[in-house]
Amino acid sequence: MSEYTFQIWRGDSSSGEFVEYKTEVDDGMVVLDVLHRIQAQQAGDMALRWNCKAGKCGSCGMEVNGKPQLACMTRMNTYLEQDVITVQPLKTFPVIKDLVCDVSWNYDQNLKIKPFKPGTPDPDGRYRMSQEDVDRVQEFRKCIECYLCQDVCHVLRDHNRKDVFVGPRFMIRAAGLDMHPLDVEDRIPDIRDEFGSGYCNITRCCTDVCPENIIITDNAIIPLKERVADRYYDPIIWLSNKVSGLFQNASKS
Amino acid sequence: MDNTQIFTIAVVAIAVFTIGGGIALAISLYQAHRLIIETVSAPRSDIVQDHGGHVSGLGETMRVDKWWIEPLWTGFGFLCFVAYANWAGFQGEHYWHGSYLSPFYSPVLFVDLSRVGAAPLEHAWFGLWPDWIRQIWPPFFPTSPAWLILAGPLAFRLTCYYYRKFYYRSYFLSPPGCAVGAMPSNIVAGPTGTKQYKGETALFIFQNIHRYTWYLAVVYIVILSWDAFISLWEGGHVFSGRMGVGVGSIVLFLNPLLLATYTFGCHSCRHLVGGRKNSFSGKIGARIRFSLWKKVTWLNQRHMLFAWLSMIWVGFSDFYVRMCSMGIINDINTW
Repeated sequence: MSEYTFQIWRGDSSSGEFVEYKTEVDDGMVVLDVLHRIQAQQAGDMALRWNCKAGKCGSCGMEVNGKPQLACMTRMNTYLEQDVITVQPLKTFPVIKDLVCDVSWNYDQNLKIKPFKPGTPDPDGRYRMSQEDVDRVQEFRKCIECYLCQDVCHVLRDHNRKDVFVGPRFMIRAAGLDMHPLDVEDRIPDIRDEFGSGYCNITRCCTDVCPENIIITDNAIIPLKERVADRYYDPIIWLSNKVSGLFQNASKS
Repeated sequence: MDNTQIFTIAVVAIAVFTIGGGIALAISLYQAHRLIIETVSAPRSDIVQDHGGHVSGLGETMRVDKWWIEPLWTGFGFLCFVAYANWAGFQGEHYWHGSYLSPFYSPVLFVDLSRVGAAPLEHAWFGLWPDWIRQIWPPFFPTSPAWLILAGPLAFRLTCYYYRKFYYRSYFLSPPGCAVGAMPSNIVAGPTGTKQYKGETALFIFQNIHRYTWYLAVVYIVILSWDAFISLWEGGHVFSGRMGVGVGSIVLFLNPLLLATYTFGCHSCRHLVGGRKNSFSGKIGARIRFSLWKKVTWLNQRHMLFAWLSMIWVGFSDFYVRMCSMGIINDINTW
């Protein structure tokens, strides 16, 4: 058992400060365990959001020593006893109290995405997908909506462009739907104009912080950028579509 | 002063400049890093914080790890390559030795036979430097064929999704690191500017040409593979010269191989071979597409590694040919 020093942000949307706590840490503890101990022994009114303690609910996202991470998955043995460990709420979203943020802006972004729209079923009325087609979009379904990627994305975090960019979390949701083998909805105009695919500059911080190890940038955002390029920035594809459209019209007439 | 002395002085000057500059940069960043640590350890009332205690501004962070190492060394490493490539391109000579052609000079469009170590006339696609190019050529630039072709690979690298990550971080500080304050948009626009961050929707919208630069990069691989092939024939006389192999041939064979691992792991390539489709199942065409997509995905997952290996090897290939041409290295071969 060792004693560690924590500086935890205490406050609300109007004011606040870092408060220092010293507490004993047992072997095997994670940051969330320590916060619970501080809450139980020294700060009964400290607000923090948590639920599963297993890295699957995404509730306990916060910034520990400046890094966005899940408190329940951040082991204390990664810090030295002489370190001062700072714990803060997510920067990108407004603070409600202490370590709890208002993340409701994310729910509004989710509503912008057109829902799944299946195409024509097989002759027997059933839909079938092959495993290799499912595998690609399955990765995006692992998202636990902890919003660490939204927090670290500099477009939202530093530039506050919440007016034009939905953030990595909703780019992977759009990718999961757009790459779905049964889906027939056209989301490309929305991905460029409403979701702001061009605002991502590929610095990959979202991928770095994802606790589910989703390769957000390479498997979702870049493929979406390439699909947008197909539609809007590729004159060869544009020309071939025009020519094939002319042939189709001619054959119809 | 002979070429060897000029080259030695240039290498020493570049080494001093890059190492000295790198050490100065490292010290500066280390000091900045220490300052940040001290700021974090200091009482929190003396720094500007938002509601949550986060510090804001360029380079500001509560991180205490060495986040700055990666952008520093990638930025520094690329600068070294650019410095060497520019220097080598500027020489306009010593890019041919025996049957070896430096990749910085391939394809040789025009050749100036008055330069030492220039390629033979039969290896220039369009023969001697034409007079009309000489008339418009800047007088302070040597007639170097490298200037005519380096834009192709450079455009591919500059619009590459991996390179974008590192240079946005290292050079544009947008952001310099994850959860580290990015370059504010109003600094770019001027102190009174109200410019907002636009990412790749305005000036940087040109990044969408990456797929075209990829086509170009594939052409270069074919050309460099041919260069590797002709390196097996004494004097570069394919099928008529004596066949053999030298260390330079191995160097020149590895070059297009490494470039291929980088080029065929490109995100645009991954999109073109299959990523643009929603289904990989069905007819034989779809099965082939899926197989290709999986292979390209394997390379794509190692894109950063191959980007650096191929870039370093291109530079080394030029260095090796140059050293042989200048007589500093004696190429071991079977001829």
